[in-house]
Amino acid sequence: MNLPANNLAIKRISASAEPATPGIREMPEIAKLVDISRCIGCKACEIACKEWNDLKVEPTYNFGSYQSHVDLSPDTWLLMRFNELEIDGNLNWFITKDACLHCEEPGCLYACPAEGAIVQYENGIVDFNQENCIGCQYCVAGCPFDIPRFSKETRRVYKCNMCIDRVEAGLEPACVKTCPTNAIAYGTKDDMLALADQKLTILNNRGFAKAAIYDPEGVGGTHMMYVVPHGDHLPDYGLPEKPVAQQGAMAALAVFKRIGAYMFGAGILATALHYLAVGPESPDSDNGGG
Amino acid sequence: MTNHWKDIKNTDVILVMGANPAENHPCGFKWAIEARDGRGAKLVTIDPRFTRTAAVSDQFMQIRPGTDIAVLGGFVNHIIRNGLFHDDYVKLHTNATFIVGTGFGFEDGLFSGFDEASNQYDQKTWEYERGADGYVKRDYTLSDPRCVFQLLKKHFSRYTPEMVARIAGCTEDKFLEIAKTICSTGTADRVGTIMYAVGWTMHTTGSQNIRNAAILQLLLGNIGRPGGGINAMRGHANVQGATDHAIVAGILPGYLKVPNPSQTSLQAHLEDSTPEPLVPDTVNYWKNYPKFMISLFKAWFGDHATAENDFAYHYLAKPPGDATWLSIWDAAYQGKLEGFITLGFNPLLAGPDINRLFKAMSRLKWMVVIDPFMLDSAEFWKAPGMDPTEIDTEVIYLPATHWVERDGSFTNSGRWAQWKEKVIDPPLGVKSDTWILSELFWRVKELYEKEGGAFSDPIRHLTWNYINPREPTLEELAKEINGFDLKSGKLLSSFGQLKDDGSTISGNWLYSGSFTEQGNMMARHGTADPTGMGMHHDWAWNWPLNRRILYNRASADKEGRPWDATRPGIQWTGKEWVGDVPDYGKTTPPDKAGAFIMTEEGVARIFNPSPFFPMKDGPFPEHYEPVESPTANALHEKVPNSPAVHYYDGVEETLARNTKDYPYACTIYRVVEREHFVTSNVPYLVEAMPDFFVEIPEELAREKGIENGKRARVWSKRGSVEGVAMVTKRIQPLKVNGEIAYTIGIPVHWGFVGINQGAMANLLTPFIGDVNTRCPEFKAFLVNIEKV
Repeated sequence: MNLPANNLAIKRISASAEPATPGIREMPEIAKLVDISRCIGCKACEIACKEWNDLKVEPTYNFGSYQSHVDLSPDTWLLMRFNELEIDGNLNWFITKDACLHCEEPGCLYACPAEGAIVQYENGIVDFNQENCIGCQYCVAGCPFDIPRFSKETRRVYKCNMCIDRVEAGLEPACVKTCPTNAIAYGTKDDMLALADQKLTILNNRGFAKAAIYDPEGVGGTHMMYVVPHGDHLPDYGLPEKPVAQQGAMAALAVFKRIGAYMFGAGILATALHYLAVGPESPDSDNGGG
Repeated sequence: MTNHWKDIKNTDVILVMGANPAENHPCGFKWAIEARDGRGAKLVTIDPRFTRTAAVSDQFMQIRPGTDIAVLGGFVNHIIRNGLFHDDYVKLHTNATFIVGTGFGFEDGLFSGFDEASNQYDQKTWEYERGADGYVKRDYTLSDPRCVFQLLKKHFSRYTPEMVARIAGCTEDKFLEIAKTICSTGTADRVGTIMYAVGWTMHTTGSQNIRNAAILQLLLGNIGRPGGGINAMRGHANVQGATDHAIVAGILPGYLKVPNPSQTSLQAHLEDSTPEPLVPDTVNYWKNYPKFMISLFKAWFGDHATAENDFAYHYLAKPPGDATWLSIWDAAYQGKLEGFITLGFNPLLAGPDINRLFKAMSRLKWMVVIDPFMLDSAEFWKAPGMDPTEIDTEVIYLPATHWVERDGSFTNSGRWAQWKEKVIDPPLGVKSDTWILSELFWRVKELYEKEGGAFSDPIRHLTWNYINPREPTLEELAKEINGFDLKSGKLLSSFGQLKDDGSTISGNWLYSGSFTEQGNMMARHGTADPTGMGMHHDWAWNWPLNRRILYNRASADKEGRPWDATRPGIQWTGKEWVGDVPDYGKTTPPDKAGAFIMTEEGVARIFNPSPFFPMKDGPFPEHYEPVESPTANALHEKVPNSPAVHYYDGVEETLARNTKDYPYACTIYRVVEREHFVTSNVPYLVEAMPDFFVEIPEELAREKGIENGKRARVWSKRGSVEGVAMVTKRIQPLKVNGEIAYTIGIPVHWGFVGINQGAMANLLTPFIGDVNTRCPEFKAFLVNIEKV
């Protein structure tokens, strides 16, 4: 099994019976914290992501929005999503950084049948290792956040790797480095949680009574978290209210549930659904994006 | 900026108006966010659109484009009516106490002294009343009906919440809600700041917008204080530097004045330009004008500038007209201009009424375009719709270095001159601006020397003493700008050392102290902050004299104690001033002189009658409708527009004066993904904001059958553009003068050169400018719209 040649301790490997190698040293869990109340939607992070990761320029078009792309793609791992809505008669312009959240319980990894195609490191980064990817797209279905994107060209799946090469070298991810308003913070998960609490207090003092920290339990928490001013409007930010990662066989069944209809026929789907009825709550495919 | 970027973190209230810093100044805007989150400051945005700045603001109010003075005047009225002004500050640091002569008046939209034939004011009727001692009379009780305070009160009493709502289109409740926040800083323990940009300047009343902001901030006691001020955010990394070095028409470097034809001797010019004190206790620093001017002549003409020849004063042109941008374009349009050189600028796309500019450019014999990128301006002759066979203009394009390919300084909005290093080499064969300009100089000079010619002295006698005279280094130029003592040969450390006897030189007195015997002050990288106020005096260098906050004497009271001890600007120890570099004598006791050392009044002007720094359109601001307006002037129907606006020949017929054919207000602006036109060459930025678009209120789109993401056409009396329709809630219909008014928004970044093309916004804009500066009225004009 070929794995990326970095020095990070591995926690989980997709489709592997082997326990993860324990690693050779203690490593803090890291996290990004996106404070939506500080984000001005300038897209500097979007471009820094492309520059650092050598992602191709895609032809885009204006579809009646400030948003640059309609959706994430194999060459766009980070997308600022724009959404206008009125709350209590006041206009809001929700601007959300959409990219991989690096779940503690990664649905993509659990769903992946290709050994070593998805690796979770002890520090929390979930990375796709395209060398081992078989292009089955189970990860796409397994992700409760609708993040991974399949390239028809290379027949592999891609997403944010939290600038693992920078992180390994002790640097912050490119999006964090470039953010002009310090809307994206980076540090240990513990520090980021503490910072999130402070930010929550600031928002409460500013009159955002429903402000919330987004670190959803259903996926064991994430390594990109959000501080959300209107915590009662998560779907309007493009954030699923109760995302859940399916583990083990359940992950595979969840995949069948989502893509089975056209791959395996209605009969098999019905069986899968029957199994699922007694299992944990399944991800709601409508909650992705925004 | 009176203050500087980082200082914004010290504020309690931020008014963003005539600006969209989240969009156009995202890095500096972090300090507004820092104030909001760090000290609970209220961030308030007032704009014709709900912008990305509005998205992170605490309060937002939408107004109709071109109604800023109505709103600001409304704040002034609210403050006075409710006694919310900073009483001690107003009496101590402003001319509220000054008595104005009996000649001053204001009636039906006109100030006294207006001459209808010339469309100009005689400012004599605005003069102060003098006492027997020759100084201006003052009333510290503010009760004299002719004191500035009472005149101000009367003038703005018409700006009631009802009137503001009627003009600007907001509701009275919304206005009062915003006014409550903005007008809350008139106490010693609170301070508010204003962040503005070209959303205020690009109006026929642009200068008065800024004046009104000054009045507001002076009433609230917010000028000179950390966390206060009026902060102009400049549109490029070095616009401030360019302005300081006289890119603005009508000035020489350091805001010295361009001579006019009546000033036939240096003496006459200096007398006209050097103010006399109006009160006994003013420093009146402009009394040093002759020192700055003569040192500038010495920098330019060296040994050829002598007392005998008026220090080469006669080498300078004394133009009868102005050389504003509109006037240059007009001269070209009228066929009176042979050619021009443009450098670091894309004038075609950045000018108003592009169809007119096409004609103007076509009438030039030659044009030189110097830029790192091929520009629309250089290829105007092959723009869509142009016929190259009909254009005789010879265009010469000279590729020049980009700023990453050179060292040099950038002066940011906060007046900080920061030295930068060269990052990469230019492409082979590409020359620096200094090489190009030096070669131009030498070749013209050599031609004069070979062939002779009329009045060649100014060229032949120009000083050009550089190690490599064919390409001076920017360090050499920086030293020359800083200035030398000619006797000792030493670099000066302050403009206080400049002399009017020809023994000193300085290319720009404001920059004296930037490059001293201690080295290049602009290249310093010290991060210490001993004041704790984010002043960082060891980081780079700012004019004047590394003083981080202008007028900082006003941050303290009569005894020199800071208004707010937790946020001191400077304070008097009994022996000297400590804190920021004082805008006052370092050891001058607090009661010895007025805080505003640059004015002949010694205090700040709420009312401006100064002949040295005149406002051509009135000593107070007044709401005038944009020249193209969708509604009547609710204050004075007979004088709808600013009466002193200049109409160039043939322009009146290009203006829409009825709302039947052009019913909607339109405004143009930039977006964060792009920077003017240069970013049409940057693939990732084109990807981030790919297409020209038109922002349309939902209600108007419904009325016109325009769908989001489909196409719409917008036209003014001058031109037409087509692009993607962005149907949005972020521009709401407003109720103006009892009728529904719509605003349409258009970004400015597209042209016909570069990897990404789109409609040119300035095809729509009117060829009309601010009364004082002739800055074009890009921000408010009339259009119509249809679906495509």
